[in-house]
Amino acid sequence: MRVFPPLFCVVAALFLRAGVTLAAEDNQSTEKPYTVVDGKVDKKTFNGWRRYTESCLRCHGPDGAGSSYGPDLVDSVKHMTQDEFNEVVVNGRTNVNAANTNVMPPFGEVEDVVTYLDDIWAYLKARADGVLGRGRPPRIGD
Amino acid sequence: MKSSRLWIVAPALTLFAGAASANDELIKLSKDPNQWVMPSGNYANTRYSELNQINKDNVKNLRPMWTFSTGVLRGHEGGPLVIGDVMYVHSPFPNYVFALDLNNNGRILWKYEPKQDPTVIPVMCCDTVNRGVAYGDGKIFLNQADTTLVALDAKTGQPVWSVKNGDPKKGETGTSAPLVVKDKVLVGISGGEFGVQARVTAYNIKDGSLAWKAYSGGPDNEILFDANTTELGKPVGKDSSTKTWQGDQWKIGGGATWGWISYDPQLNLVYYGSGNPSTWNPVQRPGDNKWSMTIFARNPDTGVAKWVYQMTPHDQWDYDGINEMILADINVKGQPTKALVHFDRNGFGYTLNRETGALLVAEKYDPKVNWATKVDMQTGRPQVVAEYAPGSAGEDKNYKQICPAALGSKDQQPAAFSPKTGLFYVPTNHVCMDYEPFKVSYTAGQPYVGATLSMYPPQGENNLGNFIAWDAGAGKIIWSDPEPFSVWSGALATAGDIVFYGTLEGYLKAVDMQTGKELYRFKTPSGIIGNVNTFTHGGKQYIGVLSGVGGWAGIGMAAGLTKDTDGLGAVGAYKALANYTQLGGVLTVFGLPE
Repeated sequence: MRVFPPLFCVVAALFLRAGVTLAAEDNQSTEKPYTVVDGKVDKKTFNGWRRYTESCLRCHGPDGAGSSYGPDLVDSVKHMTQDEFNEVVVNGRTNVNAANTNVMPPFGEVEDVVTYLDDIWAYLKARADGVLGRGRPPRIGD
Repeated sequence: MKSSRLWIVAPALTLFAGAASANDELIKLSKDPNQWVMPSGNYANTRYSELNQINKDNVKNLRPMWTFSTGVLRGHEGGPLVIGDVMYVHSPFPNYVFALDLNNNGRILWKYEPKQDPTVIPVMCCDTVNRGVAYGDGKIFLNQADTTLVALDAKTGQPVWSVKNGDPKKGETGTSAPLVVKDKVLVGISGGEFGVQARVTAYNIKDGSLAWKAYSGGPDNEILFDANTTELGKPVGKDSSTKTWQGDQWKIGGGATWGWISYDPQLNLVYYGSGNPSTWNPVQRPGDNKWSMTIFARNPDTGVAKWVYQMTPHDQWDYDGINEMILADINVKGQPTKALVHFDRNGFGYTLNRETGALLVAEKYDPKVNWATKVDMQTGRPQVVAEYAPGSAGEDKNYKQICPAALGSKDQQPAAFSPKTGLFYVPTNHVCMDYEPFKVSYTAGQPYVGATLSMYPPQGENNLGNFIAWDAGAGKIIWSDPEPFSVWSGALATAGDIVFYGTLEGYLKAVDMQTGKELYRFKTPSGIIGNVNTFTHGGKQYIGVLSGVGGWAGIGMAAGLTKDTDGLGAVGAYKALANYTQLGGVLTVFGLPE
């Protein structure tokens, strides 16, 4: 990773013009938490995918797509704010009754998750907005 | 009340008769094809039945006779037991156990519902599955999600004793089926994705007191190795585990024991495998990481290991070694052999001498396997291909097109062996992956994984599974039936010259043992990840199977695989399992019409 940031900066600079255009559009509508250029993602969104895979995939399925076990998060994040998302991730959610045995654990004290809440949100929003497909997203500069 | 007096007398007799009574009863019962008294049908784990009323000529007439809903939605692995006129059915969390009266259309004789803290649910890797209960000494043994091992009176369902086998706060959970051997009940532990120090533990069936505990990794007195413990015929020597880890990493080294256990009463050995070393990032744990990914042969009285064999030293793929060990007397390269046959997640089918641990055959049972070229028969080590070995060129690098995926060429879904054909019938996965290891920190009770993973069908192919017949003496596939999804159901072979298995879409299928030709299919209410069994009642043969999709298969495939169109080309949008089946646990019992 030590080699990576300078390389990243160089390539990011190459995309600067495109980035500026995107940012200008964004300011007029809602600001996007991610940057996706030509199907490639910024470091933050990539890290979001990685942290998702580490801590969330086991229940919510690959790429936020949902599973037989946990809900489809690509859909869920369409219906919640980032504050609501953060609240559920940090404190967890329990729904255990005669019909359901769903338990989302609290991640409030899990460093690899709480540190990167913004990144995970960015990744899932990019998926929800349809600008990012399934699988490992290529990084800007790859 | 006559029976309660008998109960008082029975334990007293047990004391004098010594250890053998429960064992003798089980050996006798397991030889009676009319019953199904242990999870794999018998101690040898062959999943073969002598019953032949249902056979290759009439199986086309098979039909469901009765069904039973467990009331639970999660993935239903394992299968029911049948002892006398009673069937014992288990469920995933909350781990119900039902005793059903076969004399009365499956009326519920009793139901056991444990009270468990639901915070155990999210620490269960990959769904809240349970692989079944065990029977012995008039008791039903249940390995609950929260690691409570409870002994229930088989007649009433009342707990006789219970013991805590682990700590879910550290990520230790219970998913495997126990096995009763002699006067003990053996039970494993799950949690390889949470950095547990895994073990198999033996409890005395009388009162639940601890008999022995054998760790997968650690100092010799914890792994129960002595001077006579060998690998491939050579003593492993002192500190064989700890010296293959950096520092004290073995304390969070995994090696979970979540699969099946088998037993050879003549050799007095139990056999099982250990799972992945924790973390999934191999760069963080240099060394062979013994004894993860290992076949163990242990003395059931003492727990001491007679021999071991590590199939995948320094795992870089999550190829757990926990799949069942099938004990079969077969010809291996022309020699009659007391063999142990094991289809590993790593894609190699291993045949060993189960008395000595000598390695006899190790061949790929899916031609797509590419992470190793072959297994060196002298050293037992796989010849690893660096390109397909995550971590070989460091972490934070994406290693592509590795076959098989972390699911393995086969997971826990057990194969069957027919002494009539001498062949093994194996449910398999046909999936490849990209794998990128990265650094993670260990926190007790939190996932300790450190790798991202994308799964997809092998290039140019569109089937995610095969059901195969395998010659373990020669190491060759005899026939192979492609399946659209991984086959995640345990097989059953019978003297009726047919083999049964379930599919993820929910079909129960019967195929011709010789050719693999499909003879029957029926779509059950949900995808099948349970294991097929057979028994008789009132002189009539039945086939039983649990459906209820879920488990790792349901998590990985519900929405379809990543890059799933790559393998298909023009065929187009690929199949998400969710388009074929939904959740719900149901037992279906099949029979022939009158």
